[in-house]
Amino acid sequence: MAINTDKNSYTILFAIGMVIIVGTLLAAIDSSLKEKIKTNKILEKQQNILYAIGINNNEGNSVSFVSTDQAPSLFEEYIVSQIYIQGDKIVEDDEAYLIEVKKEKALAKDPTYDRRLPLFIAQRDSVRYYVAPIRGKGLWDAIWAYIAMDENMMILGAYFDHKAETPGLGANINQRFFMDDFIGEKLLDQNENFKGIKVSKTNLDPRNEIKDDHEVDAIAGSTITGDGVSSMIKSDLRLYIPYFKKLKQN
Amino acid sequence: MGLLSKRDSKLILDPLSDNNPITIQVLGICSALAITAELEASVVMSIAVLFVMGIGNVVISLIRNIVPSRIKIIVQLIVIATLVIIVDLVLKAYAYELSKTLSVFVGLIITNCIIMGRFEAFALANGLWRSFLDGIGNAFGYAVILVIVGFFRELLGAGTLWGYPVFGDAIDKTGLYAWGYENNGFMLLSPMALIVVGIIIWIQRSKSTHLIED
Repeated sequence: MAINTDKNSYTILFAIGMVIIVGTLLAAIDSSLKEKIKTNKILEKQQNILYAIGINNNEGNSVSFVSTDQAPSLFEEYIVSQIYIQGDKIVEDDEAYLIEVKKEKALAKDPTYDRRLPLFIAQRDSVRYYVAPIRGKGLWDAIWAYIAMDENMMILGAYFDHKAETPGLGANINQRFFMDDFIGEKLLDQNENFKGIKVSKTNLDPRNEIKDDHEVDAIAGSTITGDGVSSMIKSDLRLYIPYFKKLKQN
Repeated sequence: MGLLSKRDSKLILDPLSDNNPITIQVLGICSALAITAELEASVVMSIAVLFVMGIGNVVISLIRNIVPSRIKIIVQLIVIATLVIIVDLVLKAYAYELSKTLSVFVGLIITNCIIMGRFEAFALANGLWRSFLDGIGNAFGYAVILVIVGFFRELLGAGTLWGYPVFGDAIDKTGLYAWGYENNGFMLLSPMALIVVGIIIWIQRSKSTHLIED
């Protein structure tokens, strides 16, 4: 029996049927995998923070995190306290790493809202690391980073990542030849003023041996991603200055 | 006779040469320009497209007789989008690392005109098995061009292959660089991908002259 597929009623029924089938299918798959995806994201956060303080399985030039089985216990071991800064308050919160920078940024658009700024304090050997999560915009979509600093806001480690930068170009901000350049760079100048770090195409220092120029070498062909990194560092890490000032006074 | 009849094996082999989706049908150029700066990205994209085209062609062929012709384009889009989202979700749950590498390609697969083109031109008029072969064949044809372009762009643009430095270290001036060789940064930008594709088309048409239109 041939169906007359050109009838209006058939077209509408087909469309409705298809939407119901596809919608149910996707909703079922999504809700059955939701928990697993959430756990993966939390583990990834822990891996990223650990990476920034130098706990990783890097070999040669590759970027390699600690395994997902080890991440929670290592995270317990090295992160001595988690805090968030809200206005003048400093609140200790063992789940500060679950605060989503994206949501806080959106909420901060309301001028009456004091944004929560998470900060993770880690102790490794005799060094204290202060890890701040930051977030900004690249060329296509969001970029973010975990920056580990000492109490003078000198960078001790960094992990950058992105949602959808161009493969082979901007996407390389999560490669070691880019991230490692930040280590040793200072966010404050000699007079303790915030200068940030610029991703520069003109610093003529590809191996990044000069550490007090507030510049790192850019990736060829990814100007806008690089500018996004510069402005993300400038706008987000600046917010932590009052905390570090207070830290020094004590 | 082998596994495939002559007519069937033509479906697989034609897209690799005389009916290549990129150089002859001129479909899928957009993604071929966008993600071929590195060999690895080219291969990942090829595998993803292979998967979506194989299954997508089968699904479309399965429902070809009941799809109302007035909304067939929408139906095709929904089939592609559904498949891609399912793959993305499953990877996020069971192979998180891999899903992060793929995430950027998801949008590119959905908008890849090769997939729509083959649904429209082939799967809507042919049976399951032949549609499947056509999907696989065209995906391979696409992959071949992507890998060639990715190979030359990464080699000449960054001096590496699959991230491995083949020419020595550009900053320390070792290997070939000690002789004054420099990477051509222009190769990393999309316009050069178009030129590389152009050169491939040129070579192909000068070899098989029956492809040249008047």
